[in-house]
Amino acid sequence: MNWPYIIFYVLAAVTIIAALGVVALPNIVHSALCLVLTFVGVAGIYFYLGADFIGLVQILAYAGAISVLIIFAIMLLLSREVSESNPSHGRGKWKAAIFAELFAFLIILSIYFTSWTHGIAPDWTDSIGKIAYMLMGDYVIAFEVAAVLLLGAVIGAIILARGEDKR
Amino acid sequence: MIGLTHYLILGTILFSIGLYGVLAKRNAVAVLMSIELILNAVNINFVAANRFVAGDGVIGQLFSIFVIVVAAAEVAVGLALIISIVRHKKSVNLDDYNILKW
Repeated sequence: MNWPYIIFYVLAAVTIIAALGVVALPNIVHSALCLVLTFVGVAGIYFYLGADFIGLVQILAYAGAISVLIIFAIMLLLSREVSESNPSHGRGKWKAAIFAELFAFLIILSIYFTSWTHGIAPDWTDSIGKIAYMLMGDYVIAFEVAAVLLLGAVIGAIILARGEDKR
Repeated sequence: MIGLTHYLILGTILFSIGLYGVLAKRNAVAVLMSIELILNAVNINFVAANRFVAGDGVIGQLFSIFVIVVAAAEVAVGLALIISIVRHKKSVNLDDYNILKW
């Protein structure tokens, strides 16, 4: 048995089929649940790559927080029939499909014909410690800007969702 | 052996599915979910390139953390915007949103 191939292809198949479910299912609640499955599949890809911390952050932030946020918004916004809540454009659907397929074809072609220079595999033992040193060292300004960005996003989201005062 | 091209092609397929969703879906929340797919595809590419090409440190993982932070902010603001628009237009269908059209 060729386990590395089997594990990768199973993870990739789960991710891609769940992602197709996100855009293809007519019920948006089912789409959101497929999105959670996609996030978990991508987390599995990270674990398979050896990036354990990113995989955990993916499960925590994406599969935990963002998907709950999206499902809450769906529950707030659902108004009419739930079985037809995620429609596509009639003719625009085919144009979008052709465009996306052409894009994927071109990118895969260019990936295939590029000669990648493979470096030495990096040492990812204690990756959390290395990430912490980089975040607090060379990239501390980006780290602080990210904190300010999150604060601004939270305040903006509250102001936008609350609506104007009715006095 | 599973190499860099496998991960890049997986990222491309995920990106294209998200691109199709952004272009074809009419529910505003579905478009936001498709953008999440696109950001996930980019994250896979970052981590895979760090693993196979850069060969030094954890810079790709650091970048994908920043992408996750921006994605969280984007989802929060995007959903608040959609809720705010739905309060005025009584619809989540993007075809009904023409308030910026002059």
